[in-house]
Amino acid sequence: MAEYPKQVTYCGVCTLPPEYCEFGGTVKKCEEWLKDNHPDMHAKLYSQEAIEQNLSTLSLEAQKRAEKDSQKKAAKAATAEAKAQEQRATSKVIIKRIERNKRKYVTAVQGLEAFGLDIKKVAKDFGKKFATGSSVTKVPGGGEEITVQGDLSDDILEYVVDQYKDIPEDNVECIEDKKKKAAG
Amino acid sequence: MFKKDISAGSKSKVKSSAQRGIRSKVVDQYPLLEPYMDEIMPKKEQLDLVKLPDRVALYTLSSTPLFFQHMDDPLLPHLSLIHRYPSCFPRLRIDRGAIRFVLSGATLMAPGLTSAGGRLPNDPQDGDGEFGMEELEPGTVVVIEAEGKENACMVGVLKMGTAEMKKVKKGQACEAGHYLGDGLWGLDLR
Repeated sequence: MAEYPKQVTYCGVCTLPPEYCEFGGTVKKCEEWLKDNHPDMHAKLYSQEAIEQNLSTLSLEAQKRAEKDSQKKAAKAATAEAKAQEQRATSKVIIKRIERNKRKYVTAVQGLEAFGLDIKKVAKDFGKKFATGSSVTKVPGGGEEITVQGDLSDDILEYVVDQYKDIPEDNVECIEDKKKKAAG
Repeated sequence: MFKKDISAGSKSKVKSSAQRGIRSKVVDQYPLLEPYMDEIMPKKEQLDLVKLPDRVALYTLSSTPLFFQHMDDPLLPHLSLIHRYPSCFPRLRIDRGAIRFVLSGATLMAPGLTSAGGRLPNDPQDGDGEFGMEELEPGTVVVIEAEGKENACMVGVLKMGTAEMKKVKKGQACEAGHYLGDGLWGLDLR
C-alpha cells in the first residue's frame, strides 16, 4: 500500500489533476502550464505513447464522438473566456458621491461584480478599511451597488486601483452626483 | 448535486461534541480510514461547518474540505480527501469512454462499469483483487476511478447493487454526488 496522505498535484489552469485536463476544454493551456511547472509529469502524460494508448482503448466511432465533444467544449470555453475578457475591458466601475443631507454624503460604488469580485465581501472590506458603515444595496433599475457612508470617493478610487489589480485604472470613474437638492 | 457553481453560505464552528459524533460516524462508514483519522481530523482541531445551497453541509478543517452531507444522508468525502487517501473507500472503475460524461455531471450508467475497461468488485478481470471481493449493496457510497487514471473522478451513492449490475448491465448505476470540476470542487473556501 502506498504511503498516506498522498500528494496530488493539481493543474494550475483547470484545477483538476493533470491527467484529467484533456476533458476540461482548456487542454492547450493546461499542457503548457504542466510543461512549465512539472516537466516530468508532462513528459509522462503527453508522450506519443500515452496518447496512442489512450486512443486504442476506444472504438473508432466513440473516438470520433469524443473528439467532437471535446472540440465543442474547447470552443465553448474559449468563447466564454473571450466574452469575460471583453466584458472586463468594457465595463466600468463607477464611484459616485451622493449628497444625503447638506454636509453629509454617501459613496456608491457600482460595477465591481463585472470584474469577478464578490461585492458582499468587497463591501465588508470597504467597511473595515475605512471604518464606516458599508453595505450592499439594491439599485432600483436592477442590480446591486455598494453604499459606503461618508464622502470617500477619492479614497475608494485609490483603494480599488491599488487592491484589485484586475481592474485597469482607466476603467474606474469618479463622479459627483449633480442633482443636488434645492437649497434648504 | 453541484452542477452549477455554488457560493458558500455561512460558516460556523462545530461543537466539540458534534465533532466527536462526526468522527465516529466517519469511522463507522469508512472503517479503512480509521488509522488516518488523527491526520484527517486531529482531535484538538476546530472543524468548521459551511452551509451550501440545497441544504448541503460541508465540514472543513481550516480551508480543506473534508466531508459533505445532504440533510441526514451519509457523509460523502470530498474528492481532495479521496485523492489523499484513495484506497480507504469502496471503489469502482469506469472505462475511458465514460469519463467525459461523468466529468460533465451525468448519472453513471451500468455499462460504463461492466465493460472491458470498467471494474466491479469480485471482477474476473481484476487479477489482484484491488477492487475488493464483496458485492456492494445499493446505497453504498462509492468512489469512482477511471481507466488509465491514477486519481478518482467522482464520488456518489450506488443506485443498483453491483451483483445486479453484472446481471442486467443496463440502467443507472450510481448517482453523481460530487465529480471533478463541479461546483463543490471549484468552491473557494476562504
